[in-house]
Amino acid sequence: MSVEESHTKASTEGAPDSESVPGPYVRLGINAPLRLDCGVEISDFPVVYQTYGALNQDNTNAILICHALTGDQFVAGEHPISGKRGWWDLMVGPGKTIDTDKYFVICANILGGCLGTLGPKETNPETGKPWGLGFPVITIADMVRCQALLLDHLGIEKLFAVAGGSMGGMQVLEWATMYPERVFAAIPIATAPQHTAQNIAFHEVGRQAIMADPDWCDGDYLNQGKNPTKGLAVARMAAHITYLSEEALHQKFGRRLQNRDALTYGFDADFQVESYLRHQGITFVDRFDANSYLYISRAMDYFDLAAKHGNVLANAFKGTNVRFCVISFSGDWLYPTEENRRIVHALNSVAANVSFAEIESDKGHDAFLLDEPEFHRVLKGFLDGAAELQAKATDATGGRA
Amino acid sequence: MVPDRKSIRVDLQLIADMIEPHSRVLDVGCGEGTLLAHLVHYRHVDGRGIELSTEGVKESISAGLAVIQGDADTDLKDYPDDAFDYVVLSQTLQAMSHPKVVLENLLRISKRAIVSFPNFAHWRARLSLGVFGKMPVSKNLPHKWYDTPNIHLCTISDFVALCQDLGIVIESQKTLDSKGHIRDVSVGLFSANFFGEQAVFLLRKN
Repeated sequence: MSVEESHTKASTEGAPDSESVPGPYVRLGINAPLRLDCGVEISDFPVVYQTYGALNQDNTNAILICHALTGDQFVAGEHPISGKRGWWDLMVGPGKTIDTDKYFVICANILGGCLGTLGPKETNPETGKPWGLGFPVITIADMVRCQALLLDHLGIEKLFAVAGGSMGGMQVLEWATMYPERVFAAIPIATAPQHTAQNIAFHEVGRQAIMADPDWCDGDYLNQGKNPTKGLAVARMAAHITYLSEEALHQKFGRRLQNRDALTYGFDADFQVESYLRHQGITFVDRFDANSYLYISRAMDYFDLAAKHGNVLANAFKGTNVRFCVISFSGDWLYPTEENRRIVHALNSVAANVSFAEIESDKGHDAFLLDEPEFHRVLKGFLDGAAELQAKATDATGGRA
Repeated sequence: MVPDRKSIRVDLQLIADMIEPHSRVLDVGCGEGTLLAHLVHYRHVDGRGIELSTEGVKESISAGLAVIQGDADTDLKDYPDDAFDYVVLSQTLQAMSHPKVVLENLLRISKRAIVSFPNFAHWRARLSLGVFGKMPVSKNLPHKWYDTPNIHLCTISDFVALCQDLGIVIESQKTLDSKGHIRDVSVGLFSANFFGEQAVFLLRKN
């Protein structure tokens, strides 16, 4: 099936409204508005989230998981909308690495997202129409501020840990620097302290693909009953390549042909890799909002932790008591080990408590989502060690760690 | 996981005995974290480690230790001055590209440094080289000349001389012979340099 054919099939409905998304729903910013980095204030806005496991009596076992660009709050178990397993189902659950028999796991749909939390496809109360491009430009820090309000609502003063990969890792870094007193352990995975020129370049390709689609209608597609599925699919296809390694693509597809014995001398999907990418694009548009993609990818491009701290990354972590575990993957060229190591070097230069391991993997950036036993072993060891340390600290202070 | 107190090697025990409880310790080249785990559990130190090998790092972090994958030759420069009370460099100095720079860095980032290394002037090594004309291969120097990571081997006398050059104060200097007997170098440098198979130095800056 070509991208062209898929569009007649793709719905123009997009993702469901916040009220209709299964799971807990809360309105935040009611008492006081939330001031965003761009200067706009938002108030009385929806946030949807999922929790797994139970909060203990001392409120010391909460782990916040931050999802990546196209992730959502459904970390584990069956996804109620797609019917598939949650994006980190391998990691989170009873008896798993992030053990929900032990920990209380929280994951919220990010600000700017499209699965229930306030984002460009939600209704602007002032106009009664979807926000579209009227939505304020958000940052990774804004997403984190929003999560902090959610924790206030849940009565969680301090997290045992905050963890996330890719853009989730950027949120982890913001958490550890904006609210160090609320984080015992921080686990940034396969991430970077800033978006590089190459990162921004790939995102720009995706955004241009969306905006070049006539059905984007200058961002007003929801009001006009359209959906820029072609553009969004191409954006996803381009991004998807960056999530895999050359080795992974080679092993998975090589130059093998798709359901044919010979080249067709045309532009149909002759190669399996083409067919695979088209499928990735097509299935993506059914679950993601194009404007959300623009806003979230922009937030990632704007991310630059050092810039907020006098252009010295180490300053971001000065005096931190947070225990860090940075993990990278050898086959990840999107957020390569060197980028992760910059975080480690900055932490070392303030003598922070940090663990760091590069996991051997040829799976590319996506490795953090996959069954990588060594990754799970390291993460579990770190969590167990941190839990022991937190218990000791709690004993020593006779109360809260 | 609590390590067995008795399972630690004699040379590591010698190092552990030099470290004050509740201090801040960096173990450079911590391997699988044996010494670090011992120090954390029995000396209650705030312990960190650097290790080059992937397996060592994974083993250490899995045991709950704060260890980073890194290289002493390149990564020590990141740490601020006096970040630690003790920095340990156990059986690693001889594998460094720039041992002098590493040594200087150790005493920049830490109040004290504990350095252990195989003594290349041990009588067995002398016998091998001086009489048989062959590069020594022993329990402490197990590699053949062509595949050894030990590119900067030195003797106890050499090391003492380097410390003097750098103005480093030697607070304690011990050797271990092949049977694990501890001997104080200050009693006699010549005999220590002849009988000592391994050396352990406690250093501080002047």
